[in-house]
Amino acid sequence: MTGRELLALSGADGVAAVQAGEVTAADLFDLYRARALDHGGGADGGLNCFSWIADDLPPEPDAASPLAGSPVAVKDLFCTEGVPSQAGSRMLEGYRPPYTATAVARLQAAGATLLGKTNQDEFAMGSSNEHCAFGVVRNPWDPARVPGGSSGGSAAAVAAGLAPWAIGTDTGGSIRQPAALCGIVGLKPTYGAISRYGMIAFASSLDQAGPLTRDVTDAALLLAHMVGSDSADATSVGLPEAVVLPSRLELSGIRLGVPTEIAGAQIEAGVLGAFNDTLARAQQLGATIDHEIELPHARHALAAYYVLAPAEASSNLARFDGVRYGHRVEAHDGDDEQGLVGMYMRTRHDGFGAEVKRRIMLGTYALSSGYYDAYYGRAQRVRTLIAEDFKRAFEHVDFIVTPTSAEVAFELGAKTADPWSMYLNDYFTVPMPLAGLPAISIPCGLAGSDRGLGPGGAGLPVGFQIAGPAFSENKLLEVAYALEQSIGFDGARAWL
Amino acid sequence: MAVSAGADAASAVSYEPVIGLEIHVQLATRTKMFCGCEMSFGDPPNTHTCPVCLALPGALPVVNELAVHLALMIGLALGCELAPRSIFHRKHYFYPDLPKGYQISQYDEPLCRGGSLGGVRLHRVHMEEDAAKLIHMGASGRIHGSEISVVDFNRGGSPLVEIVTEPDVHSAEQAGEWLRLLRVTLRQLGVSDVNMDEGSLRCDANVSLRPAGTTALGVKTELKNLNSFRFIEAGIRAEIARQEGVLDAGATVSQETLHFDPSSGQITSLRSKEEAHDYRYFPEPDLPPVAITEQMIARARAAMGELPLDREQRLQQAFGLTAERARALAFRRELGDYFEQAVAAGGDHGATPTELLQTLANLIAVELPPRIGSDTDPFDCSVTPAAMLALARMLATKQINMGGARTVIERLAEHGGEVEAIVAQEDLGALGDGDELATVVAAALAAHPDAAERLRTGNQKAIGPIVGFVMRETKGRADGSEVTRLVHQQLGL
Repeated sequence: MTGRELLALSGADGVAAVQAGEVTAADLFDLYRARALDHGGGADGGLNCFSWIADDLPPEPDAASPLAGSPVAVKDLFCTEGVPSQAGSRMLEGYRPPYTATAVARLQAAGATLLGKTNQDEFAMGSSNEHCAFGVVRNPWDPARVPGGSSGGSAAAVAAGLAPWAIGTDTGGSIRQPAALCGIVGLKPTYGAISRYGMIAFASSLDQAGPLTRDVTDAALLLAHMVGSDSADATSVGLPEAVVLPSRLELSGIRLGVPTEIAGAQIEAGVLGAFNDTLARAQQLGATIDHEIELPHARHALAAYYVLAPAEASSNLARFDGVRYGHRVEAHDGDDEQGLVGMYMRTRHDGFGAEVKRRIMLGTYALSSGYYDAYYGRAQRVRTLIAEDFKRAFEHVDFIVTPTSAEVAFELGAKTADPWSMYLNDYFTVPMPLAGLPAISIPCGLAGSDRGLGPGGAGLPVGFQIAGPAFSENKLLEVAYALEQSIGFDGARAWL
Repeated sequence: MAVSAGADAASAVSYEPVIGLEIHVQLATRTKMFCGCEMSFGDPPNTHTCPVCLALPGALPVVNELAVHLALMIGLALGCELAPRSIFHRKHYFYPDLPKGYQISQYDEPLCRGGSLGGVRLHRVHMEEDAAKLIHMGASGRIHGSEISVVDFNRGGSPLVEIVTEPDVHSAEQAGEWLRLLRVTLRQLGVSDVNMDEGSLRCDANVSLRPAGTTALGVKTELKNLNSFRFIEAGIRAEIARQEGVLDAGATVSQETLHFDPSSGQITSLRSKEEAHDYRYFPEPDLPPVAITEQMIARARAAMGELPLDREQRLQQAFGLTAERARALAFRRELGDYFEQAVAAGGDHGATPTELLQTLANLIAVELPPRIGSDTDPFDCSVTPAAMLALARMLATKQINMGGARTVIERLAEHGGEVEAIVAQEDLGALGDGDELATVVAAALAAHPDAAERLRTGNQKAIGPIVGFVMRETKGRADGSEVTRLVHQQLGL
């Protein structure tokens, strides 16, 4: 096969080709490694989606294994033994953990090979990949635009054809939103489906790993080799049934619900158009659409999320104190605090970026004595109400659908000065993790934005989000697959 | 107890100390609270660590099930109410001995509430993890002024149970006594080494004073890390005296955390209320709630065995022992077990006379320990329970006296053997009511005519030289009371 033919293989097709002896795992790995080196770094107009790329092929992969040596790009915050795992932060620059995250170890056990680590917003805090100590990541559809975040490096690498597939993490939308902005598939599984052990934590009660892939089948295959309860993560439960690769092509009997809140949301016209086209398509495939689904507390989701997630983050990031590993700066002469406290202050001042510091302060405040009930306590109550909203909604419909993001990829720097406008990016993706539910984003078309059509005037990708009840992954993948086959989105045009 | 305050007792107010205790108990698990690292003491630094207890990025805690089991045993032993669902919280502060920047502890939903032990009510019992050990290199031994501080994470993440009492203790002595009761109870349960030297039992005390006869609580101070029974009592005593001084001077006690220096007796402030940490507690999202099942409670109950206070009562009731003997046996489990095995060696104890049981208890609780080493487990020495019963029988039937019995125990401790054989071999048998003793007594009276005369006229003390003569002649084998009886008989008294 030629390089272009190999590149055209999805992750699953590549695995099949290796298993059938049509190509060696080493050749496939070398192809992607070369592409990652050419386009994945930050220099020479690269996308800067990789923070580290494998030096060479690891020991001969087992061609008969389920993933047959397939190269996987892994978000930087997954710990990988002996390989830099920096979570996009100066705090962990050059940090090489002594152990590998369970999700990555499971993929490796299934035969996958680590292609590289991908850039991300620092500690997964961001929706544009501009909050990264190692530079911004660029969107392969238009390098002047953001890839979304925080798993923007993984999304950009897959969209640009620099990796057959990738994994990331989603806390408030960090898999689905960059998948949408980059025109690929992103799945956030049910909370607890995949072990969090070895994922550098942002917000423990929300963080969940998942695949970023070219198509729904790839998402299902990677998911199948990531899920499972783990004795090292007390919150992991796995999935109740084995993941099945989807094959369904129609949607008869499937009830999709559109939250009434959509009507009041500020959605770009192009995005709304693509969303409505997809609804019409779903109807043609046999689905019924219910436009009267009420999620009355969902409008408070963003506010609750931006209390809870920073609160947990302020706690999770307390371990970065300069004592045992990572960045460390001693107190300067003349600092008010010297010695231990001076070291703490200089280390954290220097090691964390502005967005991380902003959230640590928000979270610390929300947990402070005297404010706890008003902020953290109230946000937890909102969270419970949102989960109940979904529960009621799923008595009427099988899935809830929304645009993944209210807008297509925006220009670098467009929102960095205004944190709240950046946070609004998470409007449609935040309610699901608050309720622990699975949700997938699939590309549903191209649209222009209020800020133009992008290069070539063809528009930029729009994501269609489908959310289901807890542990409904198999059915969710089937619906996504049927829509994907009908849409026929061509992601290859973003390949570099 | 009320202490009088000030030098001029007539005009001074007398105060009642009100004391609550917080005890940290390290649980005797094989591994740490939230990871698989082995528990250790005295091993080279940082040899029992892993990503979890070093708080490496991405590591997560998992609750040690044995620790929950042991904590449940403590809750049951102390009569606590067990929460069917309790949760862990994160308690935040920055310090190098706390690698995560927070301690995983229990806050407003602890495993156990209420209960009591020895007349002191308990507030709560909860689970948490220990901090690592910080070693300050330098002259002062404290973090200020030290050249360098190093951390040993071997202890970090060890499972602890914190036991908090209600303020039901009213003197330093009572605090010490109650802690001893708690220690022996925990030791009996087998849930901890309860060794204060090694830090597996640690105590803080909350102390306040109030005018005697009043009920409102005064301002309390917290005395930290009183790490021996002696220091606990000395520290509390010193703090009571300090607060008396403050109150007598017309000032008010301020709420603060204090450090007691046992070498100087000085109390210094660690931090005031204003400097108190805001721990920013919130529910630990990495751990699901601890759900207690009926099976877990049944398992804990089955593992408990008899508690010291219960055993003390049973020994008194079943064997007619005095409270003092019963406590001595009940509070050292191995002595109690040894005693009950000795009783069993004689068959049905119901048929054993109470006097013999008392003699046996006395031998085992009082005479045996100093002759085998006071900390030695009697089961580890060559004196068998059956031999102690045989010896008690000889004592009860006056075949040997106490002096002879002590010698027998020494011989048994040295090389074991049969009691009767040792008595015969060393000629330790008591001279009972036979003619031999009567002859010696007659000789004694003849040798001390003045004493005999004084005794005859009512001076009881005069018997001393006569008995002394008999004991010398018999090499101590005579029974004292039998000698007295014979003296009186021969003098016609």
